[in-house]
Amino acid sequence: MIWNKEMECADRETMCAVQLERLQATVKYEYEHVPYYAAKMDKAGVKPEDIRTLEDIALLPFITKEDLADNYPSGLFAQPMENIVRIQSSSGTTGKPKIIGYTEGDMADWAESVARGLTMCGAGKNDVIHIAYGYGLFTGGLGAHAGAEAIGATVLPMSTGNTARQIMFMQDMKSDVLCCTPSYALTIAEAVEKAGIRPEDLRLRAGLFGAEPWTQSMRDKIEKGLGIRAHDIYGLTEITGPGVSTSCEENCGMHIQEDLFYPEIIDPETLKPLPAGESGELVFTTLNKRGVPMIRYRTRDICYLMDEKCECGRTTVRMSRVFGRTDDMLIVKGVNVFPSQVETVIAEFDELTLNYKLLVDRKGASDTIELMVEFAEGLIIDDIEFVENMRKRVEHALREILQIGCKVRFLNAGALPRSEGKAVRVEDRRRFE
Amino acid sequence: MAVKQLSIFVENETGRLANLTQILADHGIDLNAATIAETGEYGILRCIVQNPEEAAKVLAKEGFMASTSDVLAVSIDNRPGGLNRILQALAGAGIGVKYIYSTIQDAKGGAVIMMKTEDPERAERILKENGVDLYDIGELKQ
Repeated sequence: MIWNKEMECADRETMCAVQLERLQATVKYEYEHVPYYAAKMDKAGVKPEDIRTLEDIALLPFITKEDLADNYPSGLFAQPMENIVRIQSSSGTTGKPKIIGYTEGDMADWAESVARGLTMCGAGKNDVIHIAYGYGLFTGGLGAHAGAEAIGATVLPMSTGNTARQIMFMQDMKSDVLCCTPSYALTIAEAVEKAGIRPEDLRLRAGLFGAEPWTQSMRDKIEKGLGIRAHDIYGLTEITGPGVSTSCEENCGMHIQEDLFYPEIIDPETLKPLPAGESGELVFTTLNKRGVPMIRYRTRDICYLMDEKCECGRTTVRMSRVFGRTDDMLIVKGVNVFPSQVETVIAEFDELTLNYKLLVDRKGASDTIELMVEFAEGLIIDDIEFVENMRKRVEHALREILQIGCKVRFLNAGALPRSEGKAVRVEDRRRFE
Repeated sequence: MAVKQLSIFVENETGRLANLTQILADHGIDLNAATIAETGEYGILRCIVQNPEEAAKVLAKEGFMASTSDVLAVSIDNRPGGLNRILQALAGAGIGVKYIYSTIQDAKGGAVIMMKTEDPERAERILKENGVDLYDIGELKQ
């Protein structure tokens, strides 16, 4: 089923017309309501009436995380607080949180986006939707919640934590669809196995996972462990929250709700737009937001766009899985390292769990990188040779993908804390002063 | 007559081993023999206890990876050439020895070594054919 055929299956001409009309309105609205951005436009020498085609979007200045921090808490709000019905916030990895306000209309559009995504996973009004994203300022829980209500499903607002209770509700309430972070889904899958519950004993059939990067191998483990079909959902608070894009049953990238969010891919160095198929930084312009509109917001997420036809019948542009963040990207010994690359390597080894931590440090003038990773439970270790061999194999595989040496340290199964939200995978102990 | 040995993976951190022996002590688990194989970063403690499966469960609950495997408890004459006789017999049969560690003395004043070999069933047969005594777990209890 398709939730909104008119928008999700529109022909290109219709979609472009909707986008242009909404883009022009958004730019004019932003220019009139947000002095900070108006000043940026003036400085760039561009007026709202200069936006005549969709390509003209490249004339507009970007909005960055730094702009949000400089305008903390509400300098980019386009409406007085009396018209704002909700505040959500996303923790900045450094500095102040990002505060986003939603009007009633913005809330409705957000629910609409998630409703389209849930429908892509085959969820409908007869389903019990188990939401194990955190509720609160984080958009995961309340975003999935709004979408699940919009499709008229039975909402189970579990929030995160207490994995044993999650599984009890999953069994007793016969949850059909699970929404949470992929790392928490993996935690649940592990706990299900440990409790001796077989995937076929659960009614779950699909999951909508997002809010952090994950890999194909993590997906395989979740799908097998819970007996479900996993879908990706992407979003960010600055743009709205989860639901900006979601993968359909074809599992070939995430359909962007492009009547609401206009995507671009840029080269993060030159800031020039890149064509579909080329990887770069994802940039979004909101097309219908009135609380805190975003024009050319730099997400820092690295992916590419796909405009080929999708078998599911939707015509919206798709984005690939995010395979790195310009912020998560570590530069170690001058080489770009993404935690997701490390994850791909770990997943190749059945002897290891996907719980890991990367430790980056500096000894003298040279960077060091070390991977701490757990052995899988039940593994028989009677032999130093086995451990040393494993170490050689993992270190070799890491060198192949990272192009630099990464030391490996094995830990007992369960030694690393289990994640209930976004997992903290990297500890950078280097101090650059 | 193989004996079950308990192997425990230990990260090489100060106090980690003491942490492990504390758990064994708290559960009244007596070590009849023990050895550690180690690199700079990990150790594997191999030991003989009376109820290895139970001990492995206790340790797993405390976050240690413990597993059991078969070794031979071999009696050797307490005189020059005692160990040599056994190793010659195995070498003659083409059976490799992975590791050896010694344990308590038996009642006759002879020594007992724990031995991990290739093809343990055949090793056991060869040793018996050569008149070497093997012990079972109960006999190792002092």
